Amino acid sequence: MEKLINDFSFGLFFWQILIFVGLLLLLRKFAWKPILEAVNNREEGIKNALESAEEARKEMQNLQADNERILNEARAERDGMLKEARQLKENMISDAKSEAQAEADKIVAQAQATIASEKKAAIADLKSQVAGLSVEIAEKVVRKELSGKDKQLELVESMLEDVTLN
Amino acid sequence: MQKRTVVKILLIFSLVFTTGNLFAKESEKKENEGEGGLKERIKEFVDHHLQDSYDFTLFSDEEANKHYGFPLPVILWDNGLKVFSSSKFHHGESVAEVDGNHYKLYHSKIYKTDASGAINYDEDHHATNAKPLDFSITKNVVSMLLISLLMFFMFRSLAKSYKKNNGIPTGVGRFLEPLVLFIRDDIAIPNIGEHKYKKYMSFLLTVFFFIWFLNLLGMTPLGVNVTGNIAVTFALALIVFLITNLTANKNYWGHIFWMPGVPTFMKVVLAPIELLGVFIKPFSLMIRLYANMTAGHVVLMSIIGMIFIFKNWIGSPLSFGLAFALSILELLVAALQAYIFTMLSALYFGMANEEAHH
Repeated sequence: MEKLINDFSFGLFFWQILIFVGLLLLLRKFAWKPILEAVNNREEGIKNALESAEEARKEMQNLQADNERILNEARAERDGMLKEARQLKENMISDAKSEAQAEADKIVAQAQATIASEKKAAIADLKSQVAGLSVEIAEKVVRKELSGKDKQLELVESMLEDVTLN
Repeated sequence: MQKRTVVKILLIFSLVFTTGNLFAKESEKKENEGEGGLKERIKEFVDHHLQDSYDFTLFSDEEANKHYGFPLPVILWDNGLKVFSSSKFHHGESVAEVDGNHYKLYHSKIYKTDASGAINYDEDHHATNAKPLDFSITKNVVSMLLISLLMFFMFRSLAKSYKKNNGIPTGVGRFLEPLVLFIRDDIAIPNIGEHKYKKYMSFLLTVFFFIWFLNLLGMTPLGVNVTGNIAVTFALALIVFLITNLTANKNYWGHIFWMPGVPTFMKVVLAPIELLGVFIKPFSLMIRLYANMTAGHVVLMSIIGMIFIFKNWIGSPLSFGLAFALSILELLVAALQAYIFTMLSALYFGMANEEAHH
């Protein structure tokens, strides 16, 4: 301890305080402040850049999700439209089919009716013609048969015979 | 930029050495030679190295009794300012006569004497001559000034390089910036706290680099031992003490004089202990740095001295290897002590700023 006190030099202490405090003040003004400020600014800058990058990434994700959603919607819409069209096509085909069937049925029925009426008319015509012809034939036969007197008498007699028989 | 710095450093060194050569001086030859004399001389050399000195001796030639170096100004206050060159002392061998007053160097201290340079002693063999107030620019002061200049230019260039290079340091700044950040992120913020560390940053940075660079300068063959000087460590510890107590908050003083949460009787007992702690904390800083650096220098120089004592093929290389290993260890200690000093200062500042958490 005595050696320490003996070694202690007031002059050196004085200069040390002076130099150190001077250096401290000078460095504070000219070095530490600008250095710490610059480092701080740089760190802030890095932090901000990272934050904005993160934000951009999130935005990008949102955008991608949006895209996905829109795409899905579009796909669903397309599927719906296709389904609808298929339905429509089927409906149209079946409608047309049934309509055609009905028309055909109608035509057939009409044809049948026409045929029936034609047939009737033909038959009636035939009947009348047959009747006319048979009358003509009968007339001609009668005329020929009854051309002589004998034959007329013979007929009357046969007729009379028939009547009596009846 | 880097090349220019190297050139500057070389220039400074060449200047130092040429001045030294111009100032080669004769001095008396030491008498006792031989084995015991060598040991004695090594001890003396180590002792002398640990002390501050009035001239900057770079090396001395014992055989030719020449000291190579340059003198420094001596500034005394003795009924008026006396400024003269330390070359007047002739390394303590002659009496310096200034304005009719006579001064003599005795055991690295300046005493006022008569014209013959007689030193009077008391019974304990202490000099009783009057000691003038001594503000000399000694070797240590020059070293501090040198380091201060170096620090100023280094950190000024770092600060400038941010502006020039868009926020990215260049050159030596690339090495310095991580250290600055280390002090901020690993010393100041954890110990003082996120909100209050800013006002202490200037001190912590200055003290760290100041101590570290001076410790490193002590490792050079220039033979300076600034941080191993009690006046220097006392000054640094005093500044820590002042900053701690001048910036302390109410909570800190409350914990010293009226410790909360303990019985009243204990409060009375604790108050003087805590008050003592206020002084012991910076005192421990002072002693730790002084003792570590002094011990390092003593051990290293003793081992280097052993090389010359052994003077054989086994002992000397062994001593050399030991000195080499120890030098590397001392390089670590140089940084470590600076770190510990800064770290503990930050811890004390943190204590002085702690908020009540009850």
